[in-house]
Amino acid sequence: MAKSGKAGGRKERDQRTERKIVEMAEGVARSALGGREPQVAIPTRARSNTIWNKRKGILEMGKASQDRQLFNLNQAKSFMQTMLHGSSVKDLIAADKTLSLRGMFYKGLHTVAGTKEKTFADQDESDGILEDLEVSLGALREELHIFAKKAGTMVGNITLVDSGDEIDCRRMGSGGYAIPSIVEPDVIQFKRCEAKFVLHVEKNTVWSRFNEDRFWEKHNCILTEGGGQPPRGVRRLLRRLHEELNLPIYCLLDCDPWGHYIYSVIKQGSISLAFESERLAIPEAKFLGIRAKDYKACGLSDDVQIALNDTDIKRAKEIAAYPWFEDHKGWQREIEGLLGNGFKMEVESLITKDISYVTETYVPQRLKAKDWLD
Amino acid sequence: MQGTEAALMEKRSQAPSKPAGKRRGSTAEEMAGRQRDISVSEFFAKNRHLLGFDNPRKALLTTVKEAVDNSLDACEEAGILPEITVIIEDLQPDRPATAKSSRYRVTVVDNGPGIVRKQVENIFGRLLYGSKFHRLKMSRGQQGIGISAAGMYGLITTGKPMVIHTKPGAKQPAHHIELAMNTKTNRAEVTLDKETGDFPPQRLRGLTAGTKALAAEKGGLLDAESYRSGTCVSIELEGRYQRGRGSVDEFLELTAIANPHGRFVFVPPSRVSADDGDAPILAKAEAGAAVAATETTESQGVTVFPRGVQELPPETREIQPHPKGIELGTLLQMLKDYEATDKGTLFNFLQERFCRVSSATAGTLCEKVGATSRRKVSDVEPPMAEKLFDAFQDAKLAPPPTDCLAPIGVRQLLAGMLKGVKAEFYAASSREAEVYRGRPFQIEAAIAFGGDLPADEPSRVIRFANRVPLLFQQSACSSFKAVIETSWRNYNLQQPRGGLPVGPLVIMIHMASVWVPFTSESKEAIADYDEIRKEMRLALMECGRKLGTYLNKRQRMQRESERRDVFERYIGEISKALHEITGTDAKRVYEALVKQAKSRTAVADQVLDEDGKVVKDEPVDQDGVVIVDRGPMAGAAPAAAPVAEAPKRKRSASPAPKGRGKGAGEGPGLF
Repeated sequence: MAKSGKAGGRKERDQRTERKIVEMAEGVARSALGGREPQVAIPTRARSNTIWNKRKGILEMGKASQDRQLFNLNQAKSFMQTMLHGSSVKDLIAADKTLSLRGMFYKGLHTVAGTKEKTFADQDESDGILEDLEVSLGALREELHIFAKKAGTMVGNITLVDSGDEIDCRRMGSGGYAIPSIVEPDVIQFKRCEAKFVLHVEKNTVWSRFNEDRFWEKHNCILTEGGGQPPRGVRRLLRRLHEELNLPIYCLLDCDPWGHYIYSVIKQGSISLAFESERLAIPEAKFLGIRAKDYKACGLSDDVQIALNDTDIKRAKEIAAYPWFEDHKGWQREIEGLLGNGFKMEVESLITKDISYVTETYVPQRLKAKDWLD
Repeated sequence: MQGTEAALMEKRSQAPSKPAGKRRGSTAEEMAGRQRDISVSEFFAKNRHLLGFDNPRKALLTTVKEAVDNSLDACEEAGILPEITVIIEDLQPDRPATAKSSRYRVTVVDNGPGIVRKQVENIFGRLLYGSKFHRLKMSRGQQGIGISAAGMYGLITTGKPMVIHTKPGAKQPAHHIELAMNTKTNRAEVTLDKETGDFPPQRLRGLTAGTKALAAEKGGLLDAESYRSGTCVSIELEGRYQRGRGSVDEFLELTAIANPHGRFVFVPPSRVSADDGDAPILAKAEAGAAVAATETTESQGVTVFPRGVQELPPETREIQPHPKGIELGTLLQMLKDYEATDKGTLFNFLQERFCRVSSATAGTLCEKVGATSRRKVSDVEPPMAEKLFDAFQDAKLAPPPTDCLAPIGVRQLLAGMLKGVKAEFYAASSREAEVYRGRPFQIEAAIAFGGDLPADEPSRVIRFANRVPLLFQQSACSSFKAVIETSWRNYNLQQPRGGLPVGPLVIMIHMASVWVPFTSESKEAIADYDEIRKEMRLALMECGRKLGTYLNKRQRMQRESERRDVFERYIGEISKALHEITGTDAKRVYEALVKQAKSRTAVADQVLDEDGKVVKDEPVDQDGVVIVDRGPMAGAAPAAAPVAEAPKRKRSASPAPKGRGKGAGEGPGLF
């Protein structure tokens, strides 16, 4: 019953998406037949076109857009690719099927007639075009029937339904539940949740440590991991857990500019996906560690230090200048601390204290002391 | 002054001044018995390399060269469009090809004015006899050594006399004369002298299959009716016929380039001595292929270099020496000569015997040396002459007149290059006349680029002095240095440091002067005067700039045509995708987009001009540039319609500079 209602909503959404694609194509055809230069407006996905919405605490996309023109040597090929992918998406919607990003790459891939040139040189080219399509059509990736590869894991005190199958995240063994790319309510519904918070860690190795120690059981939480910078599926799921179940999100990331950046993306959104910040960003997310002060606080040995290189220093200064960090005393101190140390520390460095130091001492202590940055 | 005489005088004076060593037992009297005059001919017989007879191969070339130079000079002086036939017969076809040399008979026939009977011995039989040495007038020959030296060389190597047929006028009979030179007396001995009706000698028409074929065409080869007058010289000599650099073939190709008003026919010997693998670089049209009337053709061994322009070079005037261009010795000699013949005053001498000396200037000069204007030349003592010489150097004088020069001219240069070099772009420039050492000269340059020229080799420099190709000692030549000094990189060409530019390029430099300063008597390289080299560089830069603009433009065209390729490549895909999304007719969209692509890249279809401006349909007259479309460029769309009268040609050149050309351009097909 509920399912059919959702299917109905989906159908409506598909029609909307299809209409947008057809409108774009018709515009191009009209220009062509009318002797005008065919072009498609693509909102700019660049730092220059992102706006920091202080009130909402998220990054938003500005209004700037660029015309992608056929008769421009640098744009001719991407123009063609945009049309090809537009046509592919229409096919997908008609067949009511979804494809992975890689699948889309293959769907659009063929040799341009009369040449030896392939329509797409590699998947990266195809991925970029799909993001362009998303922003120019104003349709999300899942609305285009496209998903990314799974790149996140979850365990914890929660049961959910994924495409009609009930998933008990307490019984996921050592591997955990793989967070899919599309986690919208029509795919995933939360069923039963006892967890009181979410601990998100940077990568799989750390996550495994926590899972093996049954951290989520002891502390009644959900444990997630995003393989470095978390993909959209993971961020969307975190956002839904935060928004719909009111769970606070704590992040355990490396003490380096990359870790800080991941936190910034989870919290405020990323530049390239600024148009999705509205449904991805979690301004209340907290940064639990590793902190610059931990080297001394935890009494770590010299061996865990990884020297900052020039790029790291440059990057750290850039991050310190982000508008959402600029006025934040805690973060300014944190980044100063990092630069003052002159070295980075990974979460794994805590293993030098004890194998389970991070799960049994570090995180519980910090949570108890409410010692985090936000 | 010029090397020949100086060398001779030195030789003569050396012998008597040799110190007598008593211990050896020779007395001054004994030695005096052995001391005697050295004849000029004898001297050169022993020093043949000075005249370009160093080896059999060069001897053959020099013989042809001297005869052709004389023919051209004679034709031009008589106002006849030159028609010159060069035939080399192999007299020892059985000698192995590897032999160092073989016996040849070189015959050069022209349609010039002919030679009056009594002058034949002097012209062909005496060294240092001629009309050109004593005057300041632009001509090919300068010293009067050439043809007689060739005859002497033939006599020395084969014992055979020189054979001359000459017909001085339509109504006058031709003479058949055989001359053997006596080197001791510097006089020719006539061994045969008879009148004949056979001119040009008809025997020559039937020599080979090629000559027979050519003779069958009207006016094709030595057609008796078209030779109202003319001269035919035959010399037998030991030589070596070989193609490639420094060969007779190259000489004639280059001569044809610098003398587009001449028609040249070359009948080479049946056999090449040995192939050194050095193929001539200048392209010849393939036999049998359809070629424009002005392109060089080769058929059955006979090469025809057709006439490129129909007017003769402007007639040149003889000028008096310029005061700043003479040396003290010359001045003394001139004073002596004047004293002997005119017995006039110093004032008159200055005015009459020099150019650019007005009566006012003459008066000032007299004053400066402390002489009244009525002082007789006979009263001018050497110290005063020396003072006069110094006064010359300080005097403010106009540069010598330049109408004594006959540059080839931009249009003719281009015609010559078009005829001889298969390229895509031609540019030429003709500088204003300048002066070195009081002698006027004028530099012209032309370049040919692209087409069939080899792309990865150093470019070829072809050098001319008074329209005569210079084939040897390239690196000693002022022109070569000028080419190297020019920064070709500015014009989009590669150029290694201190080297020739690399690319499909032929560079031509011509120096016209009343007296070309050669580095040696064999006239192979132009001496390196700053004034000359500077003019050469400027002429080259002018051509280079034109080439640079063309290359820039061509690059842009290529870019545009690549651009169009890119668009057209994707348009098919786009119209298909649009069809799939919207159902619009793919073919209609495709055609509409292709049309847009074409108009947006219209530059690719543009015809080039020199300044990178678009040439409209009407060909605008253009200074010194010709662009020939030799098939489409890589990736380029077919070029615009060629000019109708001359297939393959697109842009034509400007009219002759300064309107000095005799007839207005009525050349067949070309201009």
